[in-house]
Amino acid sequence: MIIELGHYALILALVVAAVQSVFPVWGAVNSDHRLMGMAPGLAVLMFLLTCVAFAALTWAYLNSDFSLLNTYQNSHSDKPLVYKISGVWGNHEGSILLWVLILVLFGALVAVFSRNIPQRLRAATLGAQGWVSFAFLLFVIVASNPFTRISPAPLQGSGLNPMLQDVGLAIHPPILYIGYVGFSIVFAFAAAALILGKLDAAWARWVRPWILVSWIFLTLGIAMGSYWAYYELGWGGWWFWDPVENASFMPWLTGTALLHSAIVMERRDALKVWTVFLALLTFSLSLLGTFLVRSGVLTSVHAFAVDPARGLFILAILLIFVGGSLTLFAWRAPLLRQGGLFAPISREGSLVLNNLFLTTACAAVFVGTLYPLVLEAFSGDKISVGAPFFNLTFGPIMVPVLILMPFGQLLAWKRGDAWGVAQRLTSAFVIAMLATVGLIWFMGVSTTSIMTALGFGLAFWAIFGSLWEIIERSQLFKIGFGRSMARIKGFAPTVWSTVLGHAGLGITVLGIVTTMAFESERVEVMRPGDTLEQNGYNVTYEKSWTQNGPNYQEMVSQYTLRKGGNVVGIMEPSKRAYNASGMPMSETSIATFGFSQVYFATGDSDENGGIVTRIYFKPLITLIWIGTLLMSLGGCIALFDRRLRVGAPVSARKRKGVAGSVATATPTPAE
Amino acid sequence: MTRKQKRLGLIGLAGLVLGSAVGLVLYGLSSSVTYFQSPSDIAEQQVEVGQRIRLGGLVEDDSLDKSRGSVILFRVTDQAEAIPVSYKGILPDLFREGQGIIAEGHMNEKGVFIADTVLAKHDESYMPKEVYETLKEDGHWMEEDQAASAEQSIKVN
Repeated sequence: MIIELGHYALILALVVAAVQSVFPVWGAVNSDHRLMGMAPGLAVLMFLLTCVAFAALTWAYLNSDFSLLNTYQNSHSDKPLVYKISGVWGNHEGSILLWVLILVLFGALVAVFSRNIPQRLRAATLGAQGWVSFAFLLFVIVASNPFTRISPAPLQGSGLNPMLQDVGLAIHPPILYIGYVGFSIVFAFAAAALILGKLDAAWARWVRPWILVSWIFLTLGIAMGSYWAYYELGWGGWWFWDPVENASFMPWLTGTALLHSAIVMERRDALKVWTVFLALLTFSLSLLGTFLVRSGVLTSVHAFAVDPARGLFILAILLIFVGGSLTLFAWRAPLLRQGGLFAPISREGSLVLNNLFLTTACAAVFVGTLYPLVLEAFSGDKISVGAPFFNLTFGPIMVPVLILMPFGQLLAWKRGDAWGVAQRLTSAFVIAMLATVGLIWFMGVSTTSIMTALGFGLAFWAIFGSLWEIIERSQLFKIGFGRSMARIKGFAPTVWSTVLGHAGLGITVLGIVTTMAFESERVEVMRPGDTLEQNGYNVTYEKSWTQNGPNYQEMVSQYTLRKGGNVVGIMEPSKRAYNASGMPMSETSIATFGFSQVYFATGDSDENGGIVTRIYFKPLITLIWIGTLLMSLGGCIALFDRRLRVGAPVSARKRKGVAGSVATATPTPAE
Repeated sequence: MTRKQKRLGLIGLAGLVLGSAVGLVLYGLSSSVTYFQSPSDIAEQQVEVGQRIRLGGLVEDDSLDKSRGSVILFRVTDQAEAIPVSYKGILPDLFREGQGIIAEGHMNEKGVFIADTVLAKHDESYMPKEVYETLKEDGHWMEEDQAASAEQSIKVN
């Protein structure tokens, strides 16, 4: 009964989506207030209906209702509660339903929180969001229905892939989807602007919070996925340039570009057409990612089922939306009033460069990801494009981004002084040079050491160049500590968000360079009592035993990790065999020292009681993820920028007047 | 600078960046992609020693030799030819004899494939696509998985 209710609610949501796709847009074009007024209610209704559907599926998982094909194939009554819940999206049908749930959630959020934007824009935006919702709801109901019953109902399910039985499954997909799918609302805003033929700085102000939210979650989702793969797969790798990773990384690159170009649009009323184009492009890449990951064209843990019909359906959605939005763009963009040009040496000039490099980098990743698929389709040759290709292409394109980033941050709007900024950045440059020279001195002169040292210098330059804004604005070494602190307290949120975002990127780069240059690994067969030395650590294999988990049996191997004679860690990697499927699964054991990690994984045991032990030493590896957390934090602070919540653009003169009474400033309705 | 000059400058710069990127990508695609080869491909055509390739096929029955400690020896076959593989490290959890795998590495002078990565399936019902297709083309694919899934679909309403 509950299942049928969920199924019914989903079909109703499709009908609501159809209504929302047509009438509000019609009303917006013809200035019919009654039709436009329908949009927010429909968006909220569609969200509630999808919630009912999702709750029904979750109910089936919680109660192990194996009369559903979906639960039978992917669940098991012995599964711990957390995996019963997260197992809802640990399969194709459920994950697409989660995708749709987040899609309609964003529609509802715009309906509820964007009261201050003009009615026409809001109605057209929700209408465009309705198109996407309709397409995906149709896909769920027709091709990927989670509510299919089986009869007679089996007594037990087949269980969830053990690799997915991890807390990562509870966190990674929802966070990543919020980022991925959040760009749909940005896409809808862009489509609405094109339909209405009206695009101004205020539009950028309304869209920017949505770009920020999506970007923050996409950043966190990618970082989370990277850490999950790192500890789960047991290879010690944190990024594989796997097509599935690239699928999420491409919208991140264009989304980052969009985040910056929207600032230019908001502040200077320039780059308008380009910003709209980026908005369409970013969501198109999200759709492309969904296609790559879910259609089965790639084999990976993410591709749950290989069903050609589903692949074709998503491909059709992809082509309709990419083709449709590009056509709309080609048709309507010439009608938009072009923004002004500006001096090349200026904040906006540097942001143009940022956009140029980020989109070029995205194009390189795009080619590397799709080339094997295209080549195989046309010539039958099977190739794999891996890390060497991306290091060769993506790496060099990002170097100028890192070099120019601190300059852009300090350049003034309108007309900047490049030489002046260079002088102000002297200290950061000196620090970067010291890091470079110091490292070459430490490592000895060789090609590797010079490359590593340059990477180090670049990371230090990015970090200290970004932090310099804080030191300079607070006049830290000039006016005394107390007064500087008072100044720091008075900083606008944008200062912090820029500094954190940019320094975070530098810290991630520092983690990447250090890990790549100095990581080491050791593979040995160890017997109880065996000891080995590596990187100043002493590892002893103590013993192993078997124990029972909730739905698996595991063999745990215990190692003692010593440094300088002191025990610094008891490591217990294990090998599990899951009861439901009998599938084996290795669990790694990781010890963190400062920012560095030591990583243990075990393989098979041999006849003589020896066990293959793989130990990785990963210096400063956690900086990779800490950097991304800082970037996201920067994004969060930007969300609290007062200007984003004020409805209408406020002129500089007026803003000064308002600044005195921040506390009493209320959002002014636009138009 | 006039408006036109600025615009030309921007277009020129964008062209320069994109041009360099295209150059890098073309060079990358010609130098650093890895071709997938079946054991028969390797037996038929000479693969340069040291050239990076992906070898795919089934792990030959009774070929797995773990007696040398952390260096593991096995043979990968497509039922026509078999190539000896040497790998130092931990095999994937689902690595078994008779199962489809992909190994990445290079051939040495003695005709042994030195693998640095071995990929097996992620779950019980997965077979690397390249391996599956190659085996199917060569007619060595036993449709047992499909038989099993057909059995399952009978139960499906």
